[in-house]
Amino acid sequence: MPANFAPTAIDYLRILPEILMIITGTLIMVLEPLIGGNKRNAFTSVTLVGFIAALVAAVAANDYPGLSFSNMLIVDGFATFFRVLVIAVGIFTVLSSSDYLRREHAASAEYYALLLFSVAGQCIMATANELIMIFIGLEISSIATYILAGYLRDDKRNNEAALKYFLLGSFATAFLLYGIAWIYGTTGSTNLGEIRNFLMTGGSARNLTLAGTAAALMFVGFAFKVSAAPFQIWAPDVYQGAPAPVTLFMSAGPKAAAFAVFLRVFITAFGPITNRWEPFVWSSALLTMVIGNFAALLQNNIKRLMAYSSIAHAGYVMVAIAAHNQVGVAAAMFYLAAYACMNVGAFAVITHFSRQGEKYVNVDDLAGLGWKQPVTAALFSIFLLSLIGVPLTGGFFGKFYIFKAALDANLVWLSILGLLNSAVAAYYYLRILVVMYMHEPGESTLTLEPLSPGIRTTLWAAALGTLILGIFPSLLLNFAANSSGLGK
Amino acid sequence: MTLLDLVIFLPLAAFLLILFLPKEHVEGIRRFSLVASLAIFVASLGLIGPYWFGNPGKLAFETDLPWINSPAIRYHVAIDGISLWLVLLTTLLTPLCVLVSWKSVQKRAKEFFAFLLLLEFGLIGVFCAFDLFLFFVFWEVSLVPMYFLIGVWGHERRIYAAVKFFVYTMAGSMLMLVGITYLYNQAGTFDYAKIMAGLQNGSIAPTYQEQLLLFLAFFIAFAIKVPLFPLHTWLPDAHVEAPTAGSVMLASVMLKMGTYGLLRFCVPMFPVAARNCSGWIVTLAIIGIIYGALVAMVQPNMKKLVAYSSVSHLGFVVLGIFSFTQQGFDGAVYQMLNHGVSTGALFIMVGFLYERRHSLEIDAYGGVATPTPRLATAFMITMLASIGLPMLNNFVGEFLVLQGTALVNFKWAVFAAIGVILSACYMLWLYQRVFFGKASAEVSALKDLDLREYAICVPLIILMVWMGTFTQSFIPSISTSTAVILGPVDAKRDVHVHNGLPAALRAQRSLSLAKEQVDAR
Repeated sequence: MPANFAPTAIDYLRILPEILMIITGTLIMVLEPLIGGNKRNAFTSVTLVGFIAALVAAVAANDYPGLSFSNMLIVDGFATFFRVLVIAVGIFTVLSSSDYLRREHAASAEYYALLLFSVAGQCIMATANELIMIFIGLEISSIATYILAGYLRDDKRNNEAALKYFLLGSFATAFLLYGIAWIYGTTGSTNLGEIRNFLMTGGSARNLTLAGTAAALMFVGFAFKVSAAPFQIWAPDVYQGAPAPVTLFMSAGPKAAAFAVFLRVFITAFGPITNRWEPFVWSSALLTMVIGNFAALLQNNIKRLMAYSSIAHAGYVMVAIAAHNQVGVAAAMFYLAAYACMNVGAFAVITHFSRQGEKYVNVDDLAGLGWKQPVTAALFSIFLLSLIGVPLTGGFFGKFYIFKAALDANLVWLSILGLLNSAVAAYYYLRILVVMYMHEPGESTLTLEPLSPGIRTTLWAAALGTLILGIFPSLLLNFAANSSGLGK
Repeated sequence: MTLLDLVIFLPLAAFLLILFLPKEHVEGIRRFSLVASLAIFVASLGLIGPYWFGNPGKLAFETDLPWINSPAIRYHVAIDGISLWLVLLTTLLTPLCVLVSWKSVQKRAKEFFAFLLLLEFGLIGVFCAFDLFLFFVFWEVSLVPMYFLIGVWGHERRIYAAVKFFVYTMAGSMLMLVGITYLYNQAGTFDYAKIMAGLQNGSIAPTYQEQLLLFLAFFIAFAIKVPLFPLHTWLPDAHVEAPTAGSVMLASVMLKMGTYGLLRFCVPMFPVAARNCSGWIVTLAIIGIIYGALVAMVQPNMKKLVAYSSVSHLGFVVLGIFSFTQQGFDGAVYQMLNHGVSTGALFIMVGFLYERRHSLEIDAYGGVATPTPRLATAFMITMLASIGLPMLNNFVGEFLVLQGTALVNFKWAVFAAIGVILSACYMLWLYQRVFFGKASAEVSALKDLDLREYAICVPLIILMVWMGTFTQSFIPSISTSTAVILGPVDAKRDVHVHNGLPAALRAQRSLSLAKEQVDAR
């Protein structure tokens, strides 16, 4: 059947968020040389406007679900969910970055442009229905993120982070691309639905083996992006080295988008060969949780600690993928939203606290924060309790829902080991609480300035999100459950 | 909205209100906390109504509202004769704890009282929740304020103790969460009553192996909280390092979460597994009774002594529950309340001594009775109650537990009774070393009880006498509720557990068992 190459208006509406962000980003890059140094704050506002417009467009596009651009993109609840999520993360990154950049004397427009491009790439990942589109989205997102990780170019740690991220990231992407080539060779298609149909019907034993190999290669690429073991080595160094607001962004946005494609590819396209990949995801999930949680116990640098924590949390989401049922997909979606809330909040506090040159990034530096800035500390506590998984926070409900899905899929041991892992995790999060509330304020805390408006907004919004997801999870859960039917 | 909802949510409202009070007005915050907690107590007294003046036994003040649609989680709260008294214990002790901390907590008073009220919210919720998920939520919520109470306002090793307390409990509750979720996947509901009904009529039928694992998942979580030997090691640390109010709430109420959980969930939901494990559990309980008492005896630190005495006393409660007899159950519940009142009072009075002398070491005292005769009297009554002197509360509970145990296995009762004797040894010896003898110069300067301290001690002492003499006020409501729990447990009885029964009883039971088997065919 000849494809229809002329896109219709509705096709454009469906990718309006991406269009808006790319236009805003390009506009900013063009305008930067024209606008004088003292008016550069305007870029923050322009970026925010761009993001908010994209957010509105993403929500609006949900009313026009369907395939577009010759089945290359798909707008469904799942795509909308992740588009809204990554755009929201983008907004909060902007809010948390502006003061940081000013503090580091690095406020320039390209930061915002890169951010917009990266989020646009993530939106493409969320809507992609085809392996090449996934690859393009992933690259747009990743390349912008590589640059952001090394954004303060005179800083040694930034350079290290960017280089490490770039080299290892490219290597992992190569695996992904190789996997795509295999699957194209085997099934003759890069469309997820067609791959699924091929594997369900026309799969000879040899074809299935080839598809399994392709799945393994793609698993390497995705596992790297979500920092799942054994491909998590880069995460601590990059998270620690990158500027704090960029770490905020990386730990929430690209990760959520990577999980979105991970879920879509493995549940939709590789759904028929679940029995081949499930053991690998199972082991990877367990290994990720164990490595993340146990390594985090030993960290003093709070960014590094949060990096290991982020690895551990990737492990929990992997549990949901290992469950490979509809509840699992919904659980992963809910968890990523809750995780974005709490992690954005936690990193906003770290950004606020670190001061110029990221001088104060050790856990012990937070001593007595609870008594110097009670509100900041109280909000931080909410994020930490949510990361621990204490009820009435989003983190708890997300975790509960994930392990419920795992038990549905009879992964009893994975659930038990995973939940015991989260008891281990309690220890290192508690350490931060201990330092904040049970140590006397030190020099680092006493010299702390009040919260900037941008960070304050981020903190309150994130805290509100964390609590709402914990107390009234149905609001989001129903949407997630209705959009989790991948591959149907 | 019932009175019970009010009692549950008033502490939360008070907690939120305190957060908005300016932290400089310490006096105002204290008064507000006292008034709020007293108001909650008065409101909670209304819960007794149906049990004293009506038909006890069935659930009262029931509210059942949907909270989350899928998975179906409901806000289902109610009380029965067991919950009622535990709720009252909580609401009674909270204002007393506010009073206890009136002077001793000067630093960060706002946060202290706020956490105390948040703790009350969690604890009341635990005892009223009839939805497994809701129960778990309250169970975990109560953990956070207690962690802060120990960690911020505790003594020297407070941080170690707080973290240990949190991680221990968390590890246990994660297993429970697996259990709850697994059960949900089989039953399709978290509702306690529906699960119980389903388990009894066979519409929820886990295999024996599943039952055993589920039982253990719940049991370990509760056993850590109780704490049952050998999972008790967090307790001495937490009790000793906590501020007085923290120790009181921890010992009097929080430990009861564990025994309450055993009685409410563990035993009735998985009766066969509970029966088959009971030999081991009773052994551990008896070891705990004797070990706790022996270790208490050699403690140089008063708080540690009281803490280990808790291990011993809670062993009785577990013993009572796993005797699977009416008397054992009643005694266990009664003993939970007794321990709450008398050990709470002991911690409070040790706190009084600490405020005066700034030491918890027994060696620092001696002859305290000379300067403070009233404190000495109050302490003596409490101590005698704790030993189990007739006419005081603990006697009744211990007697019922021993009676229930003796019906099942006389040897168990004999071993457990050793614990009672030992408790007399360590308590009397403590009293002798602290209050008798020649008062040193520092001790002679100690002041006697003031009005505030009277207000704390007198209600507890009245209660000790009341519970020791007028058991009719409490036991009937407890009995009817424990009988409901015992019903399904008794129906699933198993032969080999009863080897220790007196011959006549054994014959009777095996007869009825044989009949049952015939019926089953």
